[in-house]
Amino acid sequence: MMQFMLLFSRQGKLRLQKWYVPLSDKEKKKITRELVQTVLARKPKMCSFLEWRDLKIVYKRYASLYFCCAIEDQDNELITLEIIHRYVELLDKYFGSVCELDIIFNFEKAYFILDEFLLGGEAQETSKKNVLKAIEQADLLQEETETPRSVLEEIGLT
Amino acid sequence: MPAVSKGDGMRGLAVFISDIRNCKSKEAEIKRINKELANIRSKFKGDKALDGYSKKKYVCKLLFIFLLGHDIDFGHMEAVNLLSSNRYTEKQIGYLFISVLVNSNSELIRLINNGIKNDLASRNPTFMNLALHCIANVGSREMAEAFTADIPKILVAGDTMDSVKQSAALCLLRLNRTSPDLVPMGEWTSRVVHLLNDQHLGVVTAATSLITTLAQKNPEEFKTSVSLAVSRLSRIVTSASTDLQDYTYYFVPAPWLSVKLLRLLQCYPPPEDGAVRGRLTECLETILNKAQEPPKSKKVQHSNAKNAVLFEAISLIIHHDSEPNLLVRACNQLGQFLQHRETNLRYLALESMCTLASSEFSHEAVKTHIETVINALKTERDVSVRQRAVDLLYAMCDRSNAQQIVAEMLNYLETADYSIREEIVLKVAILAEKYAVDYTWYVDTILNLIRIAGDYVSEEVWYRVIQIVINRDDVQGYSAKTVFEALQAPACHENLVKVGGYILGEFGNLIAGDPRSSPLIQFNLLHSKFHLCSVPTRALLLSTYIKFVNLFPEIKATIQDVLRSDSQLRNADVELQQRAVEYLRLSSIASTDILATVLEEMPPFPERESSILTKLKKKKGPGKVPDVEETKKERNSDMNGSTEPASVNSSAVTMSTPSTSTDLLGLGSAPVLNSVAPSSAGGSLLVDVFSDNSPAVASLAPSAEENFTSPRIGSTDVVSDDPAAAVHDADELVDKFVCKNNGVLFENQLMQIGLKSEFRQNLGRMYIFYGNKTSNQFQSFSTAVICQDALKTHILLHLFCIVDPAVDGGAQVQQILNIECVSDFMEAPILNIQFRYGGALQNMSVKLPITLNKFFQPTEMTSQDFFQRWKQLGAPQQEVQKIFKAKHPMDTEVTKAKIIGFGVALLDMVDPNPSNFTGAGVIHTKNIQVGCLLRLEPNTQAQMYRLTLRTSRETVSQRLCELLSEQF
Repeated sequence: MMQFMLLFSRQGKLRLQKWYVPLSDKEKKKITRELVQTVLARKPKMCSFLEWRDLKIVYKRYASLYFCCAIEDQDNELITLEIIHRYVELLDKYFGSVCELDIIFNFEKAYFILDEFLLGGEAQETSKKNVLKAIEQADLLQEETETPRSVLEEIGLT
Repeated sequence: MPAVSKGDGMRGLAVFISDIRNCKSKEAEIKRINKELANIRSKFKGDKALDGYSKKKYVCKLLFIFLLGHDIDFGHMEAVNLLSSNRYTEKQIGYLFISVLVNSNSELIRLINNGIKNDLASRNPTFMNLALHCIANVGSREMAEAFTADIPKILVAGDTMDSVKQSAALCLLRLNRTSPDLVPMGEWTSRVVHLLNDQHLGVVTAATSLITTLAQKNPEEFKTSVSLAVSRLSRIVTSASTDLQDYTYYFVPAPWLSVKLLRLLQCYPPPEDGAVRGRLTECLETILNKAQEPPKSKKVQHSNAKNAVLFEAISLIIHHDSEPNLLVRACNQLGQFLQHRETNLRYLALESMCTLASSEFSHEAVKTHIETVINALKTERDVSVRQRAVDLLYAMCDRSNAQQIVAEMLNYLETADYSIREEIVLKVAILAEKYAVDYTWYVDTILNLIRIAGDYVSEEVWYRVIQIVINRDDVQGYSAKTVFEALQAPACHENLVKVGGYILGEFGNLIAGDPRSSPLIQFNLLHSKFHLCSVPTRALLLSTYIKFVNLFPEIKATIQDVLRSDSQLRNADVELQQRAVEYLRLSSIASTDILATVLEEMPPFPERESSILTKLKKKKGPGKVPDVEETKKERNSDMNGSTEPASVNSSAVTMSTPSTSTDLLGLGSAPVLNSVAPSSAGGSLLVDVFSDNSPAVASLAPSAEENFTSPRIGSTDVVSDDPAAAVHDADELVDKFVCKNNGVLFENQLMQIGLKSEFRQNLGRMYIFYGNKTSNQFQSFSTAVICQDALKTHILLHLFCIVDPAVDGGAQVQQILNIECVSDFMEAPILNIQFRYGGALQNMSVKLPITLNKFFQPTEMTSQDFFQRWKQLGAPQQEVQKIFKAKHPMDTEVTKAKIIGFGVALLDMVDPNPSNFTGAGVIHTKNIQVGCLLRLEPNTQAQMYRLTLRTSRETVSQRLCELLSEQF
């Protein structure tokens, strides 16, 4: 089972964190700091897997973003690498050629997509079509229920 | 699909995020955030009710601030409001906030659970999914309590939508992981298994994960999943790449599901049903065949997905370990990967081959790749890959290739990364010993290790070489010569001085005939290193010198001069000073005969498994209790060994306090070792190679036979009735024995009861001595040990030895009580004694000091490990704390002795405050082992202590705290 997934930038800024095991905030911060440091220190041609504590770390870089997953000893590294890739594809399809900024400004969407794809640290739905269908349906619900906003709100003054 | 136009572009949020991104400094960012927090706080507190949209926007801002790494302590109530809203978009944000910022406020949880309950009952699949996602994300016990009954129903109900089923399956998986005791098994389990047949592959994918987790705990109940998984797998691997539509990933049919199914099958042995087994073998063969086919795409995703399935199939083949043909094919496939241009594949192939090497069917096949692996060691640029290569070389090593592999590892060691040197040293040491045909090769190898990586050679390693040299007389002369030569180097490692000192002290005479290594030259050579060495090494060398006095009488005067010098006799270190004084005295007054006896050659060590192996196991398997257990014993022996060098065979010293720790070289307690003739000790020492006190172990483990055949005399029986009425109020007596094992339990005018006891793991033996203090005979003397009902199932007692009903005046009789701790317990058993004295019947009862802490095994750990575990044991019920007034003077040494006596390892340098004490140990019972950490903080001004105990079991924490807090 995947224990957590972290997305961070080349500058070491955390963009998304998803924890599938209960940990204290302090512990989460410590793990994040340690892993960001370890992964950023690795050279491009190095292998995508490393042993860390009693877990296996699987990571891959897409443009300026690192996707980093921690899995347990019996878990499959290669399929985890493709979990990362499928998630990137989902983001890409949804945002239309996704970039780091999309994830910063629409972090909630990144979470919703992830929840449709992975749940409790396991793949829930691996079909790209099905995941995106679920998200689009939600977006439709959203538009239907949206209330008109004031002019001030539209220009972002509140 | 452009992003910003999506539904709800919350402008306010976007503007805020832009502001933060435009901040030029950390300070500016914090200022902007604080301004925003103040704004949100005032909005939330304001009189004007916020509309749903504003609430959603502010909650999103809080989330963003949290994700930047700031703490957020409000907004939960607003989030709960949102998730109870009927608007999907508000509900979604409300749930997200709660999932990310889990809060354990119980009132809040009640409200959240309420919202979830409503959504689960709504029959609106999108709402149900949100609720299920939230449960899966939070996974708290409260949620488990509230929903474990409902979720299985949703999962197996006929009319549930597929997407809801998927969420429900994984939601249940999460709850089963966090609160397995709450997830009910039942009628639904068989229906869950049948989800493997579901038409919707997404449902099958989710269900397979759930079934795997459940099957690991209850294999029997989910046995039927095997044939279903095999047929599902078979349909997938034989399908054309387009059959599964969107579940095909880069031309690989359903790779995630295939991996999960193969994983599920690893919960079981090979299928018994021939047809199922045949079908599975076909599947595995197909997967292996496909690996040989040309790729359908050049994309790395294609090969990764395909190989993910292949590696999982190989794992299953190794797990079954029953089809030689498949094992060899797997090995050949991995062999191809060893030279693949993808680093990831080389890494995984090396890893997977390690397990293949341990199968008898594929060991030979793995060995054929030795050159490639050695090459990997030399050429891989990534240290993690080189590490795998070392592991594999170790795994494939046997008698036929040991020399080559050891040579290559030594070679690599010269340039190896510091992070993996110690492990390589251990591996080389183990292989050299295990596969040594010629022990001169072994000795050379270890000396090379010390030369190349002396700092990484732990004591286990150099102790072991000495044990072996002492036990094999064919290698002693060679060893003496080799260490003598090695010591010629101008700068040699201190570990070499230790080995050299010990070996020359024992066997220097074997090379003394050569004028180039005459006694005086040997002595001068060693002594030239003396001043550069640490205290323990110097102490060892002093013992070497006194051994030289015996071996080489001709240099006695020279050695006495050295011992007599001020730098020895008046050395500031008390150990060195004492040795110098005693050895000087011994050399002056003892006759040659006495010297020869006292300083006799060390007798052979009993054969036992290499302790180095234990150390390596420990390095490889972090956190597992048995390993920690073993490590701790090793460490114990280190402590003894390192402070106590080559011992003097003093038969004059006949104190027979049994050694309390393993002593690899017998350095710590030479008298005891010598008093036990090797031949007679051999048998019992083999009982447990790591035994604390081996002779005791043998006696501590009463065989079943012994239990049955020992006479069950009516008067010496263990009875389990209600306790006798007049128990001498004995809690104080019990307390007295908490930190010690021997002493007087009870005394009055008539009799004295003394105890001697020893405990090891979950077993104990207590010797009870009854002394008649009067000058008249006791008649009808009988004893019984009584367990209260509550205690009966927790410890088993067996009292034996016949006691004569007549105990003469002034005489002492003895009984032995065997104890087995089954699970943790609170009460103490009661010893009841009856006899007639001067015609009057005497009846007395005392509590026996058998307390839970007796079953402690101490555990050494580093500060980092300690605090990591400390945090892991952070649940409120795991910790027990007590603040109490000191009853005795607060003396640090006494406190230390008590903590050690309590049974835990006293950990130095762990607590940042040096006046605090920390300890760690494992309670051994037959049923469970309970790890325990403790911390004692004295406050000398207030004359108070604060004692904190953390264990994984509430009752254990409680009991240990009660026991220990009475001691200070």
